[in-house]
Amino acid sequence: MRLLTHNMLSSNVKGVVNGFPLRLEASSWVEKEVEFNADFLRSMFPKIDWPALAGAAQKIGYAALPDTADATMLESEDFLKKFHHALLEIHVEEGALVCPESGRRFPINKGIPNMLLNEDEV
Amino acid sequence: MPRPELQAPPEIFYNDTEARKYTTSSRIVEIQARISERALELLNLPDDGVPRLLLDIGCGSGLSGEAMTENGHHWIGYDISQSMLNVAVEREVDGDLLLADMGQGLGLRPGVIDGAISISAVQWLCYADKSSHEPRMRLKAFFGSLYRCLARGARAVLQLYAENMDQSTMILTCAMRAGFGGGVVVDWPHSSKAKKAYIVLTCGPPSAQAWLPKGKGEDGEMCTDSDEDSDDENETVGMYDRSRPRKKMKVNKKGRGRAWVLKKKEQMRKKGNVVPPDTKYTARKRKARF
Repeated sequence: MRLLTHNMLSSNVKGVVNGFPLRLEASSWVEKEVEFNADFLRSMFPKIDWPALAGAAQKIGYAALPDTADATMLESEDFLKKFHHALLEIHVEEGALVCPESGRRFPINKGIPNMLLNEDEV
Repeated sequence: MPRPELQAPPEIFYNDTEARKYTTSSRIVEIQARISERALELLNLPDDGVPRLLLDIGCGSGLSGEAMTENGHHWIGYDISQSMLNVAVEREVDGDLLLADMGQGLGLRPGVIDGAISISAVQWLCYADKSSHEPRMRLKAFFGSLYRCLARGARAVLQLYAENMDQSTMILTCAMRAGFGGGVVVDWPHSSKAKKAYIVLTCGPPSAQAWLPKGKGEDGEMCTDSDEDSDDENETVGMYDRSRPRKKMKVNKKGRGRAWVLKKKEQMRKKGNVVPPDTKYTARKRKARF
């Protein structure tokens, strides 16, 4: 799972009002190179929740992202490179996602988060 | 061969053996590739070369995702079967995979996705596999969450094999209730084999852009041989099976007929069995008073 997906996912448990962002607990991750595309990054930027992305990247030990970002920073090639790396090139392999409100854990195995809910959570 | 939907819930039906078929059968790969290519075409994404973030609902082993990767898009795949996702991991697909049940809702932030496709998956929601399952509620949860996560004006293309009219009406009604506009596009409507139904949904208020594309072959155009040949009637991917149904014997009101009895007797004689001789009474019906 890449941080792009982490940034889109929110907890779906019954009764949870704000299930975003899911707390990331990563025990192992890999980095895979992905083709750089500035257009994609520019179109994705408004949809990204920046504090969640920066926070998740820090959990994985990638601290190069600034705490806040605005659209003017997209002009900088250096910023785009970092954004690209954090968003698309870090794959979390093992760990868990934790719902911020209910504390429900969604385990991540082999890079696949298990988002299945029990019957009483639907 | 009954529909896979009637045999077992998806997470059980698509076990390791069923999932393995997806890596080994070139026919399934080809059909899936063609359907997903067409679904992507129906999504009608702006042609500006910018990659989009798409959803693949019921991604299975990632065959449909491959079409999106080839077009440069990023995608998130949902599936309920661990075995299918394991195959996808083995094949090193480029999208992100999630083990999730679409009937429980997608759990995505609102307005972030640029389009969604789903190949032969949504009809599974029409079956109640557990006592807690209520198809209408599951369809509502699915379409509701899909509507929320799609950006305004984004489209969702769902290819599905509905069992009957009631099912497709139910699916479409639930989609409309969630706020979607759109309808069904049928490719090759005159061909029983190559016929494919796609539900094309547009998110947001109806507008001039929300036109429905025409299905292939609607204006009497015939599908090519390659379309017809390789598509069998039971081409839903799960329905794949080597054993064919037995040929039915011809039986009319009078039974199987004298010729059939004579043939069988001849066969038995050749085997060396003791068979009564053929007479005028052979294969005649007994009188009612007997």
